[in-house]
Amino acid sequence: MEIKRERLSPGGKAPGLSTDLRVRSLNASQLLHGNAIEGPNQPAHLEGTELERYVEERMLTTTLDQAVAWARSNSFFPLAFGLACCAMEQFHAAGPRMDIARFGFEAFRASPRQADLIILAGRVSIKMAPIIRRLYDQMLEPKWAISMGACCSSMGVFNNYALVPADKFMPIDVHVPGCPPRPEALMHGVLKLRKMVQDDPDMGWRERYDARGTEEIVPGA
Amino acid sequence: MSTTPTESSGLSAYRRREQSITLSPLDEQLGGAETTDELLTLNFGPHHPATHGVLRLLVTLQGEIVRDVKPVIGYVHTGIEKTAEDKAYWKVIPIVERMDYLAYYFNAMAYVGAVEKLVEVEVPKRAQYLRVIHLELNRIASHLIWLGTSALDLGASSIFLYCLRERELILDLFEMSSGARMHTRYFQVGGVIEDIPSGFEPKLREFLKIMPKRADEYGAILNSNEILLQRLRGTCPLDADTLLSLGVSGPLLRAAGNPWDLRKADPYSSYDDFQFKIPVGTIGDNYDRFAVRLAEIYESVKIIEQALDGLPEGPHITEDRKVALPPRHELATSMEALIHHFKLVTEGFRVPPGEVYNPIESPRGELACYVRSDGSSKPARVHMRDPSFVNLQALSHMVEGSYIADMIATIAMLDPILGGIDR
Amino acid sequence: MPDATGLELLAHELGDTVLETVYFRERATLVIDPPTIRGTLAHLRGRGYTFLASVHGVDHYPEEPRLSVVYELLDMNRVDRVTVKLRVPTDAPVVQSVTADTPEGAGWPTANHQEREVYDMFGVVFEGHPDLRRILLPEDYEGHPQRRDFPIGGEPVIFTLDEANWLESRA
Repeated sequence: MEIKRERLSPGGKAPGLSTDLRVRSLNASQLLHGNAIEGPNQPAHLEGTELERYVEERMLTTTLDQAVAWARSNSFFPLAFGLACCAMEQFHAAGPRMDIARFGFEAFRASPRQADLIILAGRVSIKMAPIIRRLYDQMLEPKWAISMGACCSSMGVFNNYALVPADKFMPIDVHVPGCPPRPEALMHGVLKLRKMVQDDPDMGWRERYDARGTEEIVPGA
Repeated sequence: MSTTPTESSGLSAYRRREQSITLSPLDEQLGGAETTDELLTLNFGPHHPATHGVLRLLVTLQGEIVRDVKPVIGYVHTGIEKTAEDKAYWKVIPIVERMDYLAYYFNAMAYVGAVEKLVEVEVPKRAQYLRVIHLELNRIASHLIWLGTSALDLGASSIFLYCLRERELILDLFEMSSGARMHTRYFQVGGVIEDIPSGFEPKLREFLKIMPKRADEYGAILNSNEILLQRLRGTCPLDADTLLSLGVSGPLLRAAGNPWDLRKADPYSSYDDFQFKIPVGTIGDNYDRFAVRLAEIYESVKIIEQALDGLPEGPHITEDRKVALPPRHELATSMEALIHHFKLVTEGFRVPPGEVYNPIESPRGELACYVRSDGSSKPARVHMRDPSFVNLQALSHMVEGSYIADMIATIAMLDPILGGIDR
Repeated sequence: MPDATGLELLAHELGDTVLETVYFRERATLVIDPPTIRGTLAHLRGRGYTFLASVHGVDHYPEEPRLSVVYELLDMNRVDRVTVKLRVPTDAPVVQSVTADTPEGAGWPTANHQEREVYDMFGVVFEGHPDLRRILLPEDYEGHPQRRDFPIGGEPVIFTLDEANWLESRA
């Protein structure tokens, strides 16, 4: 089995897509005038009006996408979900000193249907894993997941029969190490996620993880 | 629905329809047929906003009245006891600390006390006093989170932020003495891992000055909150005899009138050097449980003050090099110290075979650690008798016959910590 | 804690049911014959030990009989603790449950969840328990993890930047 490693550019941006509009427009003009550009997301071979239309479309949608991504990233609604000790530090992140409300993330929703960020705070036991997966499935797109603490990112302190690392059953965007991570560390992770969302406007987790082949199993269907 | 003849046609069709509806009890509407109450089983799933962890309750309801509650636990089962069998004795301390995740020093104390009994090592007086200071600080921190989350459940949501503000001060103190805010592995077999730094005492005194005032504030806010009082007064009482037969201990038992506290009854770690009172309730309803825990905060402040005033000089860990690491400066000069350090860190100390059960008083009740050793450097069995695990059995007895809202209040006052319940 | 002589007096009272008495680190333990557990606890309750603090299991692998159930009793009036232990082999791990009221004596409701935990972790079946099923692990889990011959499980630790090598060495 081959493991492909892709180096992301600094800041976590997807390759081939830069933030600066001017740089992007340069790339577009290069495209128009037929210069080859490296990168996985570029069209293979387009000519003339097709090419012009293609480039115009991309420029517009990326600007709009960018604005939407900016709005989405600044208003995550985390799911009020604490499992174990990391939940205590999650409370402190929402507490008066390390205030998560400064960034706009204080609206912890009780229902997964209304949340778009799940912060898995604590150890995931084998009994709890299917339930967390169901919670994640109940969330609406676009949704992100942060695995807080060492226990759900890897096995943490406990490497035994009872725990499952969260990567095994759901896609995680940011892993925050620590046992438990300080509230500042959790904030660092959330802000990293915010930057990720701002830079890469691919919304669905299937696009992000190139998981197009995965199917949803709908019970009873 | 019976119809009444409408008046003059000046009324619209809607108004006529509206007037034709009579509000009558269900029985009459069904023509006097027998209506029976069905029992409805509701699932308070493991994920619910009452932030007491992942507890699942199967509640059987008759209307709004709870007839039966079956807790389903195991959603944070971590296999702590199994993992502890795999590690050297001092490496078990961080494993066991993560059990009851609000009272981490207590978990460590129970385990370390058990191992000290087995190894027959004596803890120096200064270490005992330092342990008491940290234990009581942790008790205050645990009660603050309990207060914050319970008030959140019951609707008084601003208390949550106030309690977190105090807790930040306590966690700052923990960070000062051990380097970590939670799960500090500060207690070691034979004492504490490090002496307190120089700024610790003034900061602690500052905290002790403001904590009683803050506790007064919380008491004042909550005791004048009429909704809270109505929800807590007289709801879900349980008498002390039933609680004793269910194995309940700690503030729940004290709220029912039985003043059983291991710090007074069977003192460990120099608790008998300190003067403090045990708050005891009368009826054992939710308000008593709340008041007992709030009063315990003041008593803990008193204990810490006395411990700080009487802190003796001396070593912070036992001098027995077979059990505790030698101080770093000795490693440069003494060969034996180097050898002992190496052996302790790589293999750990060996413990003579035997079994020991060490109970202490945690913020939730009797927390005990059973350690069985077979002579090697790893324990053969570590079992933590967690108070929340046993106290949870009292829930169904408490809420039977009361409303769902009272059940929520009772769960809050029960103070279950799922990490301890599920281990 | 009853001191050594007090322990011997207790053992004398209980007679044949006591297989062994252990007085270790100032704690008294009575090792009894498994079928007599209800009677023993009832007798101790009569002597003042009215609080059952803990019921837990131990696996004595490789000594036989392997599994043991330990009952910790507390006398609140005299602040006295006594431990009652019984040992059962793995091929017949049946112990009478002390949860419910029986003709031999009143029940100890506190043992409800604790006996379920011993069943879950060790496989000791408690006869007469009102609701014996797994409490901490999923209902359909196979195996009893706390037994010493149950593997600890867990994930293998893969170091980053070494993933390819690790997979090759496994393949």
